[in-house]
Amino acid sequence: MGKTITEKIFETHKRDVPSDNNVVLDIDVVMCHEITTPIAVNDLKARNMDRVFDPQKIKVVIDHVTPSKDSKTATQAKILRDWARRNNIKDFFDIGANGVCHALFPEKGFIRPGYTVIMGDSHTCTHGAFGAFAAGVGTTDLEVGILKGVCSFRLPETMKVTITGKLAKGVYAKDVILKIIKELTVNGATDKVMEFCGPVVDAMSMEGRMTLCNMAIEAGATCGVCLPDRVTAEYLWPFIQDEYADIDAAVAAFRKWHSDADARYMAEKTFDVSELVPQVTYGFKPDEVKDITDMKGTNIDQVYMGSCTNGRIEDLRSGAEILKGRKIADNVRAILSPATPKVYNQAMEEGLIKIYMDAGFCVTNPTCGACLGMSNGVLAAGEVCASTTNRNFNGRMGKGGMVHLMSPVSAAAAAVKGYIVDPREMM
Amino acid sequence: MKTFGGQVLFLDRNDINTDEIIPAKYLTENTKEDLKPFILEDLKLPGFDPTADVKGAGVIVTRSNFGCGSSREHAVWVFEVNDINVVIAESFARIFRQNMFNCGMLAIELPKKDIDALSALGKNVTISVDMDKEIIIASGSKEFTCKFVLNSFDKDLVLAGGWLAYADKKY
Ligand code: SF4
Repeated sequence: MGKTITEKIFETHKRDVPSDNNVVLDIDVVMCHEITTPIAVNDLKARNMDRVFDPQKIKVVIDHVTPSKDSKTATQAKILRDWARRNNIKDFFDIGANGVCHALFPEKGFIRPGYTVIMGDSHTCTHGAFGAFAAGVGTTDLEVGILKGVCSFRLPETMKVTITGKLAKGVYAKDVILKIIKELTVNGATDKVMEFCGPVVDAMSMEGRMTLCNMAIEAGATCGVCLPDRVTAEYLWPFIQDEYADIDAAVAAFRKWHSDADARYMAEKTFDVSELVPQVTYGFKPDEVKDITDMKGTNIDQVYMGSCTNGRIEDLRSGAEILKGRKIADNVRAILSPATPKVYNQAMEEGLIKIYMDAGFCVTNPTCGACLGMSNGVLAAGEVCASTTNRNFNGRMGKGGMVHLMSPVSAAAAAVKGYIVDPREMM
Repeated sequence: MKTFGGQVLFLDRNDINTDEIIPAKYLTENTKEDLKPFILEDLKLPGFDPTADVKGAGVIVTRSNFGCGSSREHAVWVFEVNDINVVIAESFARIFRQNMFNCGMLAIELPKKDIDALSALGKNVTISVDMDKEIIIASGSKEFTCKFVLNSFDKDLVLAGGWLAYADKKY
């Protein structure tokens, strides 16, 4: 019987089998940010266990509220900063070098095919784009990960999601995943791994694949995963060139992680996206999704471009295509948060930042900021935001606010018009 | 052994997410105790009043996909510091469920018909959980008893007092 990629990763990382349903895995990368880690750090200290299993396998960033906005967030940053220094954690990213965790860590080459990855953050599933098993966990799991390098999981089943057809102009990975979540619903993939494959995924950049995997959690999935291929190898090449003779050799080596042809899936779904039009959410759950044509004319107050879903260079480029030579509407304010310093720099070099600023955007430093309603663009009650983020929960971007999730192109189009509009009309 | 049970707070909705249980703006608190007043502050449920309705509750009974969204364990801690140590639902989101067991608390899944039966008991219902026999005894306008099944590892976590204690001994 063949195996899925996830079964292969579980097999090579198995530390213990505490019951028929559970395995304890060795973890290759434990990632930490300042919101969910400080309580673990304080707890370890209180228990006289202030140590880490392997400082090289721990990656730390201050990203959610940065620079700190008040004494409490400054304290969180300080706890994390002091802890990283004390424990000799070299991969620690502070102001000037920090960015949204799920955009920054892949960029640094920390995630490789076949890895196991945990973080105290639900969107850790993003890193499955590299052919890794990457799962969000709570603070206790994180604490044990820091201390012991292990984490427990129920044996996940895999749902194979094949994406066929060809994406039309103006339609992106974000639209694809919104459509998939709409079909599966918010718990359609709970306790499952979503394995994304098919010609559309094969043709996607790493950025697009990360957008897909990022939102797997919004269907309840433990992880999203893409099979590592040439696109993966090319993205990782600067970091792996000493390990392989050439890219072909890396691609060949990555193949050992591919799911076998006779692997067993709990379900197989196929989505033909040739007819797909831009998608947008209308309610307070990420599965409440409509064609953008059905939402045309919905007034907005703010536009937010950024986050671990859509704050990467491709996203900034696609938004800029709409914004070039245009201005945002009078009734709208617009915020761009490039997800990492590298994205920010590249966007400057390519002239994108100027396009955004000329259009009337405020450009912030890389941070999660408004995505979770903690800083840098919180909504007032009754306000509406067109956002490239991943969650439209009640209160997510500020109490009483409303969030419509969409692609960067759709958000840019909304910024120009002041209401939700089909971006294809403007391309 | 720790006992589990108490007065029931029934949250009759699917897909209650962790942003509703504890909004992100409170994630800057550095102790669990400080979270206490903010429990369920953004819950979208007609007629629900977080301050009045949570008072005295020891058990939450709810519908499907409870605890979806953000991985924040604050959503479990805010129950813990409010003396709620059992959540009974038709189903849970994975991370929330794991966080409950990791903290030595109980996340019990029951079929919809049992949740319906619990909701039919009216107001002022008390539940006690028998971990050994894996049964729930509810008393309200009538008595209602049903079985539940705990995964043996999850049970071990509860008995050990959580994942850290368990893992520290074993790994
Ligand atoms: S950008 Fe938003 S969703 Fe992503 S890690 Fe930050 S807060 Fe979470």
